[in-house]
Amino acid sequence: MPGAQERVLRRRIASVQNTKKITRAMELIAATRVVKAQVRANEARPYSERITEVIQDLAAAGADADHPLLRPIEKVEKIGVLVLSGDRGLAGAYNTNVIRAAEQEIQDARSKGLDYSLVTVGRKAEGYFRFRNFDIDASFSGFTDRPTYEEAVAIAARVTDMFVNGGCDRIDLAYTRFVTLGTQEVVVRRFLPLESEETIASAGDAGATAGFEFEPSANAVLESLLPRYIESRIYAALLDAAASELANRQRAMKSATDNAQELIIKYTRKMNQVRQEAITTEIMEIISGAEALADDKSGPEDLLLDHLSADPFPNVLDRRTQHSNHETPRT
Amino acid sequence: MPLLVELVSPERVAYTGEAKMVICRTTTGDIAFLPGHVPFIGVLATHPVRVLLEDGGEQIIAVHQGFVEVSPPEDGTTRVTILSDVCELSETIEVARAQQAKSAAESALASDSEDVEAAAALRRANVRLSVANA
Repeated sequence: MPGAQERVLRRRIASVQNTKKITRAMELIAATRVVKAQVRANEARPYSERITEVIQDLAAAGADADHPLLRPIEKVEKIGVLVLSGDRGLAGAYNTNVIRAAEQEIQDARSKGLDYSLVTVGRKAEGYFRFRNFDIDASFSGFTDRPTYEEAVAIAARVTDMFVNGGCDRIDLAYTRFVTLGTQEVVVRRFLPLESEETIASAGDAGATAGFEFEPSANAVLESLLPRYIESRIYAALLDAAASELANRQRAMKSATDNAQELIIKYTRKMNQVRQEAITTEIMEIISGAEALADDKSGPEDLLLDHLSADPFPNVLDRRTQHSNHETPRT
Repeated sequence: MPLLVELVSPERVAYTGEAKMVICRTTTGDIAFLPGHVPFIGVLATHPVRVLLEDGGEQIIAVHQGFVEVSPPEDGTTRVTILSDVCELSETIEVARAQQAKSAAESALASDSEDVEAAAALRRANVRLSVANA
């Protein structure tokens, strides 16, 4: 039956249309939220910049760098990996990319015979590594598209503990850096120990000549400052990851919307073609039916009524003429 | 030359303004900053920070630990930066919530006088209330 295919296509178009509406809405939501995430990342910048400045001033003033968080790597036997993924999918390759980078890091460590600890942020990374039977030391989730400072503090506490007491000699951080709206890149960075030599080197002489006074002492300040510094770095990474997730989602949903539109056009064309075919077939049937009848007319003539006799109702006509003959004399 | 005061929390810059004097409490005692103060870095205690404004007014901020840095003067301006996880301006404090937190912390302390967290919570609530009432 020709109408069936058309109906199937019509239904499919309707369903794609609905999907398109959903992806379009998700695209718009992601677009507004990515702007907010960028604003938050910008607002958080002064704090981490200032805290870095203070650390540089401290380093320049000769604060003792003999802090557990600054201890240099001597021999790596166990590495810690902190991976920042998203809670939800539908963000293109965002989750896959960052998870793959983290997995690569772990595989490298394993092939060197190193032990590892894994901390995941976001439901996607947790699900991935749990499914593949990795040991997850801690996982955090439920806030990846809108992280707050408290969550950064909790993660920082866990990671610091892994480094100081958990036997990890190095902690790497895998996350997606937000470069621009169009570009985000997955980066794996050494997170702990802090690069003390580097911060000291970049400090220059400004702090040293300034002659800072410290209260209670340079070391005490450094000691209470370093945990804050770690928190603010994790917070900055979380915000970057959140902005990247939303930017990726926006892009993924935009291409989903475009694809849906393309599908709709394709299906509509197909449907029109099918309908046209059905109409053509119908017309063909009618024409051929009529032609069959017309052929019959010119064929064996004895089957048509007017060929049976020249006058189909001869008697009736006869009676009428008779009747009229009777009436004429009256008028 | 006034002081340039900046109050920076991890989530945003909470306050910026010019002032005559900033008074705060470090872990070793109270300290006041006037323009031209030597460069200074200190650890702050949970205590209100008083900012005496140019026009004679006063802005009180509840600061729950953090750092204060006085930068070397640039172009004659001394910059005072307060870095804190939690800092609240007096206008933004909810008195009812602080009071609630205070009584909760007090009852926790009554049952366990060793409870460090409750003691910290009580201190925070007290600072909040004193800032809100000032």
